[in-house]
Amino acid sequence: MSAVRLLVGTRKGAFVLTADGKRRHWEVSGPHFAGWEVYHIKGSPVDPNRLYASQSSGWFGQVIQCSKDGGKTWEAGGNEFKYAGTPGTHLWYDGTPHPWEFKRVWHLEPSLTDPETVYAGVEDAALFRTADGGRTWQELPGLRGHPSGPKWQPGAGGMCLHTITLDPSDPRRMFIAISAAGVFRTDDVGESWRPMNRGLRSEFMPDPTAEVGHCVHRIAMHRSRPGVLFMQKHWDVMRSDDAGESWKEVSGSLPSDFGFPIQVNAHEPETIYVVPIKSDSEHFPPEGKLRVYRSRTGGNEWEALTNGLPQRDCYVNVLRGAMTVDSLEPCGVYFGTTGGQVYASADAGDKWAPIVRDLPAVLSVEAQTLP
Amino acid sequence: MIRVVLPAHLRVLAHIEGEATLPVEGSVTQRSVLDVLEARYPMLRGTLRDHVTQKRRAFIRFFACGEDLSNELPDTLLPEAVATGAEPYLVVGAIAGG
Repeated sequence: MSAVRLLVGTRKGAFVLTADGKRRHWEVSGPHFAGWEVYHIKGSPVDPNRLYASQSSGWFGQVIQCSKDGGKTWEAGGNEFKYAGTPGTHLWYDGTPHPWEFKRVWHLEPSLTDPETVYAGVEDAALFRTADGGRTWQELPGLRGHPSGPKWQPGAGGMCLHTITLDPSDPRRMFIAISAAGVFRTDDVGESWRPMNRGLRSEFMPDPTAEVGHCVHRIAMHRSRPGVLFMQKHWDVMRSDDAGESWKEVSGSLPSDFGFPIQVNAHEPETIYVVPIKSDSEHFPPEGKLRVYRSRTGGNEWEALTNGLPQRDCYVNVLRGAMTVDSLEPCGVYFGTTGGQVYASADAGDKWAPIVRDLPAVLSVEAQTLP
Repeated sequence: MIRVVLPAHLRVLAHIEGEATLPVEGSVTQRSVLDVLEARYPMLRGTLRDHVTQKRRAFIRFFACGEDLSNELPDTLLPEAVATGAEPYLVVGAIAGG
């Protein structure tokens, strides 16, 4: 029977949650790396037992952990993320030049074809790659070297490259997203990049439709249809049908078009999930009701999914990396909250139940569907 | 042998139980001790000193013999009691944060 493994990163360590294919009973292991922030853990699609974790701390900096046995044991990898060449400056919050400074790894994206190759999205925004299983990391400087790079500015959470999406149909193409610069696409394995933000509108910017400067929170793709992308922006849920060349708003009937994560059902490329959050500073669910919203039409028409989720006095947030899906039938959907709950639905969102309720604040959740 | 006491999180990271004991040849300075420490435990690189500048990380402090040595120059000789192994060299995480 197949199984599901959830890799959960939190403010104070990592947890691994496992269940069989029925997804009713879960085992919780952890905390791994107790006391450290774990921004992200992800497994190789080629070899699911090869896991990579970003472990960081304000005291001790960045550590990369690698496992070859599905998280039973870990070995520290290389942690030197050195910007290529002379790093130069980007813009600080006040608009003055500020040197690029490495702070942490936000996102680890293992290659679709090689378990030793992993991409890392870091703060201050840059893209790194390892081709030796995490022992050494090299920057792909074409991204930060884009002519707009010196004008990038941080969002409230820092200037982070938080999303890396690989195109399964074209090994030369990938998408990344930076807060608050926007989406960029490469068609030559990271050598050169183009901003992919046409159609985005951000009223807080001097030029609301500028080529860069948008606070993109997350993008998602269904692997069967890599030309279609979905985006949760600081405000607005967006959709692109031309691989990011242009975007249109599909927020439709959502109670708030602000939020962080967005996900696509593993079997229905037009079924997407978001968690509306009240903003600009409150960052909790509208009316204290934790609701996942599902669209079966690729946006615009949304239904609230509430069965099993708290519908009063709930004031948690769901961060950008904290929602995921498995590939079982029906599709499992999972998300973690800043209140430490990890919720699971084994029926594509119709019903929900907490797997755990009292973890540290959840930063990321990734699902692995195991044979 | 030089005795080095690390914060608990770094002992776990480096799989060290108790003190690290290090053979430091030549002058016993903060730089030479930390160089040997990082050579023996490469997972500690970057956790105490910046990879590039080799400066102490902001929330790391160094103590020995009741003295705060955090702002001493890295090539200043450590106290004789540390060099002989009578006293440990202490790496301490700042008491801060949540």
